[in-house]
Amino acid sequence: MTLDLFEKFDPILNDYNGLPEGEANPFTVSMEKVLSPTTAIINGRETILAGTNNYMGMTFNAECMAAAQEALTSLGTGTTGSRVLNGTYDGHKQLEECLKKFYDTDYAIVFSTGYQANLGVIATLAGPKDYVVIDADSHASIYDGCALGNATIVRFKHNDPENLDKRLARIRRNDPEAGILVVLEGVYSMLGDQAPLKELTETSKKHHAHVLVDEAHSIGVFGETGRGVAQEQGVEDQVDFIVGTFSKSVGTIGGYCVSNHPKFEALRLVCRPYMFTASLPPSVVASATKALELIASTNLRSKLLSNSMKLNNGLDQAGFKMGTTGESPIAAIIVADQNTAIAFWGEMIREGVYVNLALPPATPNGLNLMRCSLSAAHTLEQIEFMLEKFTLVGEKLGLLQNVSETALA
Amino acid sequence: MTQNVDEIFKQICSLIEPFNTKKVTLSRDTIFSVDLELDSLTVMDLLAEIEDEFDITVPLNLLPDLETVGQFTDAVQKLLAEESLDE
Ligand SMILES: Cc1ncc(COP(=O)(O)O)c(C=O)c1O
Repeated sequence: MTLDLFEKFDPILNDYNGLPEGEANPFTVSMEKVLSPTTAIINGRETILAGTNNYMGMTFNAECMAAAQEALTSLGTGTTGSRVLNGTYDGHKQLEECLKKFYDTDYAIVFSTGYQANLGVIATLAGPKDYVVIDADSHASIYDGCALGNATIVRFKHNDPENLDKRLARIRRNDPEAGILVVLEGVYSMLGDQAPLKELTETSKKHHAHVLVDEAHSIGVFGETGRGVAQEQGVEDQVDFIVGTFSKSVGTIGGYCVSNHPKFEALRLVCRPYMFTASLPPSVVASATKALELIASTNLRSKLLSNSMKLNNGLDQAGFKMGTTGESPIAAIIVADQNTAIAFWGEMIREGVYVNLALPPATPNGLNLMRCSLSAAHTLEQIEFMLEKFTLVGEKLGLLQNVSETALA
Repeated sequence: MTQNVDEIFKQICSLIEPFNTKKVTLSRDTIFSVDLELDSLTVMDLLAEIEDEFDITVPLNLLPDLETVGQFTDAVQKLLAEESLDE
C-alpha cells in the first residue's frame, strides 16, 4: 500500500481540529478593511492591531504611499523577472544606494524577503568546509538558511558569550583554518531581548569568526540613526554582515544584506535565493526607499519605546506574568497552558484587540505568549483601551496575580 | 582518550534523566521523539549538554540520524575517536 504523503501531518491536524470554531479560531481571522497602521475591521468590528510589527506605522505614510503610487503608474505592477535577468530597474539600484547610505557600508544587496536574505546569505557564505554557529533561539529563517547550505551547524545557548566561546574553541581545536559564520539577532522577536553584541562579537573575533546580525526587529527602533542594535551598542565595526527586512519598520516587503567585505558583490553571482526568484515590484521598491529616508531623518523611536513601556508597565501592574520589560517594542504576557492562551486570544479578538498568539516551537523555552508589538502610531487612548481589555479578559480567565490590597480596594 | 560504549551510554543516560519526565527505562532503543516525547528543540538542548559533558562538537546536521539513545551513543563515541586521532 502506498503511503499518503499527508499522513505525517495527522497529529498537527488533530490539534488544529481541537481549536475553537468561528471567530475565536486564530488561524481563520482576516481583515475586512484596514483603516490605518493600528486599526482594521475584523468580524465586522473596528479592532486595534496590537501585534503587527509595524513599528513606525509606515504602512500608511503619505509620502511612502505617494512614492509607491507614482512608481506603480509609471513602471507597472511587477518586474516579472529575477534581479539577474530582466528584474533590475533603476529603482532597485537606488534602493541599494539608499541602504549603503543608511548603514554607511560599501555594499548592499536587496532580496525579495528578509526570509530569503537569511536563506541566501547563510547558505551561500558558509560552504561545505565552513561552520555556521547560531544562537539557540534563532528565527526560523536562520535555521532554514542552515538547512539549505552545506556547512556544519553548531548551536550555542541563547545570548551566552561563554557558551559561544566554548563552542568556537572546540571548532578551532579541530579545524584551525575553517571559515566560521556566527549568526546573531539584534532583538529577539518573542521576548524583545537584545543580544549582548559587545561580548558576542568580541568572543567571535577572538576565534576569527565572521559575524552576521539580523536586525529585522531593530531597524528604526534602536541606534542613534535607527540602524539597530549594533549601532546602539557601538559595535558596528565588529559586525561583518547585517541582514534586515522591509516588512516591519519599513512598512512593506523585502529583505537586504549590507556589508563592507570587498568581495560582497560576488553574492549576486552565486546566491540562489537572490537569483532564482522575481525581484520586488517597483511600488514596493519606491516605498521602501522613501521609508528608509524617513527613518533616518525622523525620530519615532522614543515615541515607540514610551508606548511600549506604558503597555508593559500597565500589564505588569494589572497582575499579568510578563515575559518582557518594555525595553523593546514587544509586550508579551506568559500564559501557563496552551488552551488558556488560545482562549485568551479568542476573548481579545471579540473585545476588539488583535494580538499575536505565539506558541512553541516559535517561542523560546516552550512559552505560550500573548504577544504585542507596539507601533509609534499607537495613540495613548489605544494603549489604554488595550490595557482595559487585557485586564477584563485576564480577570475572566483568572490570570491576574499579585494584585495588591490597594488595587483591590 | 578512549572511552568504551557502555560508559558513554551511561553518561548519556544520566544527562537524559532531567528530560525523562515520564521515568521511562532507558535502553539503546529508546526513541527521543516517541518514547520520551521530546520535541526537536528539547533534543537540541540535550545535545548541547552532551557537547559540554564530552567536550566535543556535535553538529546539528547529525540530528536527523539520531533518533535513539543508541544512535546518540555511537555518534559520541565516533566523535571522541576522531578527536583523539587529531591529537
Ligand atoms: C529575526 C527575523 N529575521 C527575518 C525575518 C523575515 O522577514 P521577512 O518578513 O522579510 O521575510 C523575520 C520576520 O519574521 C524575523 O523576525
